[in-house]
Parts: sequence; C-alpha cells; structure tokens
Amino acid sequence: MSFLAKYIGQKVKRTEDPRLIQGLGHYVDDIKLADTLHVAILRSPYAHAKINSINVEGAKQAPGVMAVYTGNDVEGKVGYVPCAAALPELKVPKYPVLAQGKVIFVGQPVAAVVATDKYKARDAVDLIEVDYDPLDVVTDPERAAKPDCPVIHEEFGTNVAFVHSAGTGDLEAAFKQADKIVSQRLNHPRLAPIALETRGVLAQYFPGEQQMNLWSSTQIPHLMRTQVAIMLGIPENKLRVVAPEVGGGFGSKLNVYAEEALLGWISMQLHKPVKWIETRRENMAATIHGRAQVGTVDVAVKNDGTLLGLKYNVTADVGAYHQLLTPAIPTLTGLMLSGAYKIPAISMTCTGVFTNKMSTDAYRGAGRPEATYLIERIMDRIAQELKMDPVELRRKNFPQPSEFPFGTATGLFYDSGDYDKALNKALEIVDYKKLREEQKAARAQGRLMGIGVSTYVEICAIGPSAATPAGGWESATVRVEPTGKVTVLTGISPHGQGEETSFAQIVADMLGVDLNDVLVIHGDTSIVQYGIGTFGSRGIAIGGTAIAMATEKVVAKARKLAAHMIGADEEGITFENGKFVGSPTDKAVTLQEVALSAHVAHNIPTDFEPGLVATHFFEPKNFTFPFGTHICVVELDKDTGDVKILRYVAVDDCGKQINPLLVAGQVHGGIAQGLAQALYEEVVYDENGQLLTGELMDYAVPKAHQLPRYECDHTETPTDVNPLGVKGVGEAGTIGSTPAIANAVIDALGPFGVQHIDLPLRPEKLWRAMNN
Amino acid sequence: MIPNNFEYFAPTSIDEAVKLLEKHGDDCKILSGGHSLIPALKLRLAAPAVVLDIGRIKELKQIKIDGNTIRIGANATHSEIANSAELKQHCPLLGETAAQIGDQQVRNRGTLGGSLTHADPAADWPAAMLALNAEIVVRSGKGERVIKAADFFVDIMTSAVQPHEIVTEIRVPKPAQPNAAVYLKVPQSASGYAVVGVAAQLKINNGQCEDVSIGVTGLAPKAFRAKSVEDALRGKALDEGTVSAATAKADADASDAMEDIHASGDYRRHLARVYAKRAVQTAASRA
Ligand SMILES: Cc1cc2nc3c(=O)[nH]c(=O)nc-3n(C[C@H](O)[C@H](O)[C@H](O)COP(=O)(O)OP(=O)(O)OC[C@H]3O[C@@H](n4cnc5c(N)ncnc54)[C@H](O)[C@@H]3O)c2cc1C
Repeated sequence: MSFLAKYIGQKVKRTEDPRLIQGLGHYVDDIKLADTLHVAILRSPYAHAKINSINVEGAKQAPGVMAVYTGNDVEGKVGYVPCAAALPELKVPKYPVLAQGKVIFVGQPVAAVVATDKYKARDAVDLIEVDYDPLDVVTDPERAAKPDCPVIHEEFGTNVAFVHSAGTGDLEAAFKQADKIVSQRLNHPRLAPIALETRGVLAQYFPGEQQMNLWSSTQIPHLMRTQVAIMLGIPENKLRVVAPEVGGGFGSKLNVYAEEALLGWISMQLHKPVKWIETRRENMAATIHGRAQVGTVDVAVKNDGTLLGLKYNVTADVGAYHQLLTPAIPTLTGLMLSGAYKIPAISMTCTGVFTNKMSTDAYRGAGRPEATYLIERIMDRIAQELKMDPVELRRKNFPQPSEFPFGTATGLFYDSGDYDKALNKALEIVDYKKLREEQKAARAQGRLMGIGVSTYVEICAIGPSAATPAGGWESATVRVEPTGKVTVLTGISPHGQGEETSFAQIVADMLGVDLNDVLVIHGDTSIVQYGIGTFGSRGIAIGGTAIAMATEKVVAKARKLAAHMIGADEEGITFENGKFVGSPTDKAVTLQEVALSAHVAHNIPTDFEPGLVATHFFEPKNFTFPFGTHICVVELDKDTGDVKILRYVAVDDCGKQINPLLVAGQVHGGIAQGLAQALYEEVVYDENGQLLTGELMDYAVPKAHQLPRYECDHTETPTDVNPLGVKGVGEAGTIGSTPAIANAVIDALGPFGVQHIDLPLRPEKLWRAMNN
Repeated sequence: MIPNNFEYFAPTSIDEAVKLLEKHGDDCKILSGGHSLIPALKLRLAAPAVVLDIGRIKELKQIKIDGNTIRIGANATHSEIANSAELKQHCPLLGETAAQIGDQQVRNRGTLGGSLTHADPAADWPAAMLALNAEIVVRSGKGERVIKAADFFVDIMTSAVQPHEIVTEIRVPKPAQPNAAVYLKVPQSASGYAVVGVAAQLKINNGQCEDVSIGVTGLAPKAFRAKSVEDALRGKALDEGTVSAATAKADADASDAMEDIHASGDYRRHLARVYAKRAVQTAASRA
C-alpha cells in the first residue's frame, strides 16, 4: 500500500459531530412510522418466584390497548434468547422472551402490553395481576456453586453453568521452585455499561411481502438478523435489521435481547409497526452487566522477582441466563493472564455459576480488565512482599522487543511490543524518581500520597475466525459512483467511535479524493453486505483493513481502465493524488474520469466488467496486542478516606494512529470508565436479589468533575498482522487504568501496612483500613 | 418512566394558586423546579390528580434585602441565589450552599422552596437554613404562617408544609458577620447530594466565639442543629483543642444515623465530626 497520507495520521474532526451536536441524528426513537403501536413491558419484581397465574383482563380492557401477551402466548412461537458461545459441557438454559412459569431475576420480562401510545401502554401495565410464589434467592456466586444451595434451573440440578480451564506449563514445578508464593483474593465488582442511549426496538412487518424491518440500537445488525430470523422462523433474507444512530454500547448492545424478537413477533401478529424504548430503570435492571468475578490468584516468584507461575481460581457470576457471549467473557480473562510478563506456567480454573441476577456479558474490555487488574494488582503485592520497586519488578519480567512474536503460557502470540519504551516514557513524564522522593517527604509529614503503575497489554482486533463463535473477519465494499463520489459499505457498526471519519480518511488517502467525497454507510443489512460488527476493538484493525483492501482492488480495476483510456501499458501507470499518469506518454486521467467511463461503458476493454466497485472480506491471521503504561498519583484525606487524583499519565501504544484525535477520545473515555470502576461503580443487589443501584442517583457513572486532567502520550510499535499496522484502542483506557488507580490508592495506604482492598475503593473502606 | 395522568394548572399569582390549592389540595402537588417531583411522578411514586405549576408566579422569584431581613421567593433557583451579588455581600453562606447543589442543570431548575418542602434528608439547603435561623413563610386559604427552620423539617421527606399550603418566601436574618460562614459537604458519588453537609455561621469578637450556629444535613433522617457543638464553642476562644473537643459532639444531636450503600451510619457520624471541625475552623478563618 503506497499512497500520500494527507488525512491518515491527522487530527481530523469527526464528520459525525455536526449532525449529532445539532440534534439532527436519527436514533431508534427518532424514527416515526405511521400507525405505530407502543409496547410497555411488565417486569418481574422478584428475583426468584413461581408464577401461579397472570390475569391480563383488566389491561386488555384499558383504553387504547390493542393486545397483551404473556409467556403462554409466545411459547413455541418465538425461539429462545440465543447464546452463541460454546464451551465443553456448557449448560444453556432455555431463555424465553417472556417468562414461562417462573421468574429468575428482577427485571425479567413477564408480559407485554401493546397500545396506541406509550402512555396508555404504560398505564395498562399497572392493571396486570400476577400471582407469584417467592422462592429462595441465590445472589452470592460462591454460594451458588455449593451443593446445599437452592438451584435456579432445576433441569440441571446445579447452579454450575460451566467449568473452564486454561493455560499451560508445569505449574507444580514452578510452585516447587518458588522462593515465595504470593496470593491474593480479588473481587471484580459487577458493573453496568450505561450507554447514554438506552436500548430500543422498532419492528415493522409487511404481511404482503412477508418481510420485516427491524430497527434496533445494536452493535451487531447482521448477527442480530441471523439470530432474530431464527427466533421468529422467518427467512433471513426477508429480515432487514437497521442499527440507526446508536448512542453508545460499551458491549451492552453486542447482544440479542428478548425484546428484539418479541417486538418482531408482535408486529407479525398485529400487522402494524411496534416500538419499545427502554427506560433507564429497565436499562439498569435488564441490560447486561459486566465483570462480576471473584477469585484467588497465586503467583510463584523467585526472590529476585522472576515470575515462575500463576494460578487463578475464579468464580464467574453468569447471572440468571446466558446472553449472547456470557460464557466467553471469562475465557478472555484466561487468555490474558500472562499480562505483559514472561510467566512460564499459567493455569486458570473458572467456575461459571447461575445467580438470580441480570446476566453478565461483554462490558468495555470484556474479560481483559479482570485479567489486567489481577495481574497488575498482584505485581504490586509481589513488589511489596519482596520489597522491590514495583516498576523494577515489572521491567524485570517484560519480554524484550526481540522476543516478539511472544508466546504466552495461555497459548497466545503477542504480535509486537516494546513495553520498556512505553514505561520509560510514562516514567519520564511523571518524573518517577522525584515522585518517590516527594512521597517520602509527604509520608514524613503524615500525608498519604500514593503512586500506582499499570503496564498493561490487551488483546484487540477480535479476532481470527477460529477464535470467535461467529466469524472474526470483516467485510467492506468500496464503490466509486459515476460522478466520482465514493461510497463505502462496512460491516463494522460504529456507535460513537467516529469511524465514519477514520474509515473515510483511509479511503480518501488511498484514492486521492477529498474526505468529504467519501461516504461511509453502515448498520443496514439491506444495504451493506454481511458483516460482523463493532466490538473487541476490531473496527480499524479488521474493518479498516477490509476497507483498505477493497480500495486497493478498486484502484487495480481503475488502473486497468485508465491504461485503456490513456493508451498506455498498465504496468507503467502510476496512481497518485487521484490521478493515473501514463508513462512514457505522460497522459493522465483522474479517478473521476475513470469512474464515469467505467459506468458509461462506451469504451472499455473487452475483458473489463462495467462499474467501479470491489468487495473484500478480511480474515486476520492473529489478534493484535496494544499495550502501554498508566501511572496515577493520588493523595488520600487521612480523616475521611477521600481520594484526590493529583496526576494521571497514560502512554498507550495502539500501533499506527489513523486519527490521533479519535485515539485520544477513546483513551479519555476509557480511563473515565476504568477510573469509575476503581473508585465508584458497583451494581449492588441485596440478599433478596433486589437491585439497589436501579437508577443513576445510586449508580455512580463518572462525571466530569470527578475526573482528573489526563496527560496522554503514546509510542508507536507497528504490527504486521494487518497492512495498516494498526492495533485498536477502543478498550485500552478501561483496561489499563483501573489497576493504576487501585495501586496508587493502596500504595498511599502503605504506612498502614495495607495489602489489598477490593474495588470500588470508596472513601469509607479506605477510612476503615486506616482505622483498623 | 411515564407518569400517571394528571390535570395541570399554571396560576400566575399567589392568590390564584391558593384558590386552586383550596379546591384540589388533597390530591394536588405543587411543581416548582420539578427536579424531585418529576422523577417521583415518572416512577409513579407520586400520582397526584392535579399538578400546580407555580413557575409563572413572578412574586415567587424575588430576591431582596428588606432592612435586616433577606427575603427570597420560594421559586428562586439555586443558580439565581448562587449568582446574586447582593446575597454574596450580605450572606455569602447562601450562595456558597447553592453553588454546591447538584450540577449546573440542576441548579438552573431546582428551587429553594422546592428543596425545603421536599425535605430530602441529604439535601444541602436545610443545613444552611438551620445555621442562618431562617423562617419559611407559607400561605393557604386560612392565611399566612411563618415556620422557623428548626421546626420545619419534620422527618425523612416530610416538612411542616400542609397539603393546602404553598411556600411563598424564605426569610433570613442578616448575619452579623456575613463572612464568618461556610458550607462544606461530602457529595454522594452518584447523585451529588450530601452524604454529610455542615453549614456554620459564626460571630467572632476579639478571637472569642460570640455566637455560632451549625446545621448538619445528610447524617440523620432530618437535618438538625448541632446544639452540643454550639454550646461547647460559645464564649470560647477557637483554639485547636476547643474546636476539636466541641466538634467531636457533632453527631450528638442526630436523632439517628442514616445507612445506605453509600455510607454506613458510623462513617456518617465520623464525617459529621470531621466536617464540623473543618467548618468551624474555616468560618473562623474567614471572619
Ligand atoms: C440529578 C440531581 C441532583 C441533585 N443534587 C442535589 C444536591 O446535590 N443537593 C441538593 O440539595 N439537592 C439536589 N437535587 C435536588 C434539586 O436541587 C432540588 O432542590 C429539588 O429537586 C427540589 O426542588 P425543585 O424546585 O426541583 O422542587 P420540585 O421537584 O418541583 O418539588 C419538590 C416538592 O416540593 C413541593 N413544592 C415545591 N415548591 C413548593 C412550594 N412553593 N410550596 C409548597 N410545596 C412546594 C412539590 O410539590 C414537591 O413535593 C438534585 C436533583 C437532581 C435531579
């Protein structure tokens, strides 16, 4: 790939923003179809209860109500909510779109009211009478696995959904050789993804054509099309799924939910468009949660800090049912347990258990933040035990640049890396040496200053198809229209990342056209060829590469016609800045002229297909492994435990940056979420399975005033996994930041001999740690 | 998140509002900033038949200084109070409290009268009102009633305002030493409400604490005056030892300590002591 980089590498402002800032975007709720009916859903108030009876008569009589449906109505007619992840002996309970006989989490859909407007639908929900018999509730995941615990899915006779083992190497030998074994029990709190736009579905069935349009706020329109078509028993090619403007997902919309199939089915019954827009309360209770692991990590080390082996025994809280990828999330944790270090032997045993809570699934980072947090936390614990500087301990165990591709005991090959370089840069920015001196001085004055380092590596560009449940490639079509405007169809489904801009930058540079002449279309299965979607930081590395490869094909095809037009040899033609220049004739034609000629087709070579379009499906040969160093400096209020962040430095390496502005945006947003995980966020259920953090007055999403100024920098280590040399950056901030903050806070508590405190590090916990 | 049906009135005078209240009071809710009422309606925790929007009553917006009394209309927003130059001069504690409520959007809508009537035990205003010995003026068909701040907060989410009454005005006596005051709070990380908030208004003469009043919010089911602290400070020189000993009693007058996922009762009590000390010291340093 050789071209003049006019846009690539530049801080190009997002072309999406003018419409979004002006409120001119179209989200699901902005799509208004004539005669639309509105759906409101009655949800379970119980975490575990038998349904004796449901009386919908009152609701049916209410003004404006067109229909009321319960589990009985959909039984045998709508398929179960799908789980695409596969593990040996995985137990997959049937997950009906409306509860049948029993409810097993608060927020589970029980009945759906359809009415002429959303107000009437909501009013009628209050008129449905359900007779429940409450059952014993299981909320503690570790208790769920115990034999005397009540069982949620009786058909299995156990709450254990799966036991997953991973890792290689002689662990026994490692622990035998060890000078020390450092162990730590850690909890990864359950988190709520909280996209600004809640979920929403609009379904429109055409009885004549027997076709359906389904608008959904999703990250995966094509995968959804396949799954919903199966659930509804309609041919996949007769279902059009559209992800219009999507206001954030963070993994929560990498799913197929009950409501998508339910709305589709209702539209098929009533032959009218039907709409449901999730409320924030529903979003807190019935959109997937993330993380929720609790386990113990043991590490075998030598006195000089050399890591020998790592063992992680963990319980993963599945929640009530599997959603699309639930069991796959902890497998990602298993893959990333080596972190940025050479560890010859690694083993993970993960027990996935059902509990009476909302399902867990992918939340920004999805399994990797758990791995990074535990390895970065245990590194600090080891440093504490060995009385080593945490930076030196890390450095000692880094693989060197020459050792890449670096094979881990978890079976991965890290593509490229220079961990020292990113670390050194971050150390330089904070002036680490001086900071440690300042810390000493502060301690002497009784002040609690802490420094936390996290040298993370993550797995991106998910992923090679062999490693994913449903294909890990991505597709692109690039088309030069007769007027020379360029249309790009991508299988990636951007929902806030700004890829309409970054993808256009790639194409504009490769074709030598103006950025504004490139339109990137996504999210509509009737327009875009099958694609996989947006998750796992795969947009640029896989989707962007597919686009680059399709663009290359377009250039190759155009070159052929250009040669014909110029009357020169194809080989002698150069393409630069949108112009094909012949040699030796020195004649030139523009891409636009070639495009017109390709479409008019009056004078084309006999073996030339009219039109100027190419499609490419890109299958990556490996994941990519971005990395970096985050350093956080905090000071604690001795009297209250309040945490003040004094500095936050992030040096990230995501390979080549197509648009540094977008990279910075991803890093900033990611750190915000990772910081909130460290300090504030936690989904809390009480022992009855009631959600105590059911609204944003109690669930602490980070706000601007709670965030520090970020000092961001980067290193650039290219990868040869894809021709663009890009790695991905969508989740790095979330993954790298949490342990840096946690380590800083716990370092600050050093004078109290504190070894570990579980997240979130709320002031009261810190105050208690100081006063115990 | 959709309320039940209700009838809506938007009177333009207090008299008109009072008449409507006489008629619908039993099943009527007054709407001021709506920042507490509307969420309650949406969650169907409140389902009044009638909503009375007082936003168009101009008299309820006034902020003025009347001799030794500061008079603030019930419907003055937190922002208007925070930005008032007159208040800053005569009673900076008001603006300092207002500026710490929620975020800018909340302050642009939320009102003093609404906040006080709502009587959220974690709201900021009650602390300042207690510390300033404010009075709350309410009206109904039966006439006017003036309620002392100390009698105004009855219980969790319950104020002294009765169903047929409207809060019209808040009267604050001008403090003798306006600057010797402070409001300090520990914001709850999600909502921004006070886990604990302490307002202090002092009068200092020759290094002696001549008078002091301290309001504490967030700790107990209703905001309260930290009388034990005040008694231990009045007439004393505010040295470290005296202040420490006095503010160690900051939770002594709390009827009970609230507990939730954000903070235990013990921690709230502790915060009240720490913040009372900081408040007294800061207010004294500003005198
Ligand atoms: C996101 C968010 C964050 C917030 N953070 C804080 C915070 O940090 N600190 C804090 O103190 N507050 C906070 N608030 C509360 C807010 O600032 C308002 O003070 C509060 O909602 C009540 O004022 P309002 O004007 O909105 O009243 P409304 O919601 O309109 O009314 C509240 C109650 O008072 C009654 N009422 C209102 N006016 C009168 C009147 N004149 N006479 C009789 N009855 C009346 C209503 O009927 C209703 O019962 C927050 C609110 C939100 C939404």
